[in-house]
Amino acid sequence: MSPVLLYLSFLLFALGVLVVLTKRDAIVVLLGIELILSAAILNAIHFNQQFPDRMDGQLFALFIIVIAVCEAVVGMSIIIRVYRYYHTAVPDQINELNER
Amino acid sequence: MSIALYFFAGLSAAAALGVLLFRQVLYAALSLLACLLSLAGLYIVMQAEYVAVTQIIIYAGGILVIILFGIMITSRLAGKPMQVSTQYPVIGSLLALLIFCALVLSQPAVTSHTSDFSTNHWQRAGRWLMTEYALAFESAGVLLLICLIGAAVTAIYQRES
Repeated sequence: MSPVLLYLSFLLFALGVLVVLTKRDAIVVLLGIELILSAAILNAIHFNQQFPDRMDGQLFALFIIVIAVCEAVVGMSIIIRVYRYYHTAVPDQINELNER
Repeated sequence: MSIALYFFAGLSAAAALGVLLFRQVLYAALSLLACLLSLAGLYIVMQAEYVAVTQIIIYAGGILVIILFGIMITSRLAGKPMQVSTQYPVIGSLLALLIFCALVLSQPAVTSHTSDFSTNHWQRAGRWLMTEYALAFESAGVLLLICLIGAAVTAIYQRES
């Protein structure tokens, strides 16, 4: 298989890390985590192609998708709960326990 | 086959870049949707049809709908479209570039195999899920149930009184 897929997964992972590090909104940070998990899924399927008689990589990709679903749902519900309470989705502005 | 691979790879890379560059949260979420759909096309090219269909149904149909609902709910409370600002752009890009370079330098040598097109992937995936991965499959179901109940309990609306 061509190495372009490997480079694509590297790029997705780096972009996801960049989004998680630099964006100030919690929802966009969730989007970045989805990008990172997509890179993991792409790698799992790509390395599965080395062993055509096995399907471990594809089934691992399936379970990574399940984990991503759980993470997104729980994260979104927490964000909505926090937004109702603090009226902001910016994690820096939720500083109630911060000593000022 | 190769043209489709490069097309979908470029499309998903561009859409992932859009997640980073769009300032409106809604546009970033729709860009992630484009990225996930083109990745599903890539999985079909890589003969992982099972994962591709799961990706379309669960990722593009489920997660993105949840995130769009979250954006709608949170922007309705604020009364204006959500903009996102960035912080630490230089340190963040340097760190991401470092991670990318480290991954490129440490990449393993992937040898190519051409798998035969005649095998029935759906049948094989179902058999593997019900035999070797049965425990993980059932655990995933239990995890999804726990996550569903936990999210509903967390996000439930309570009146302050």
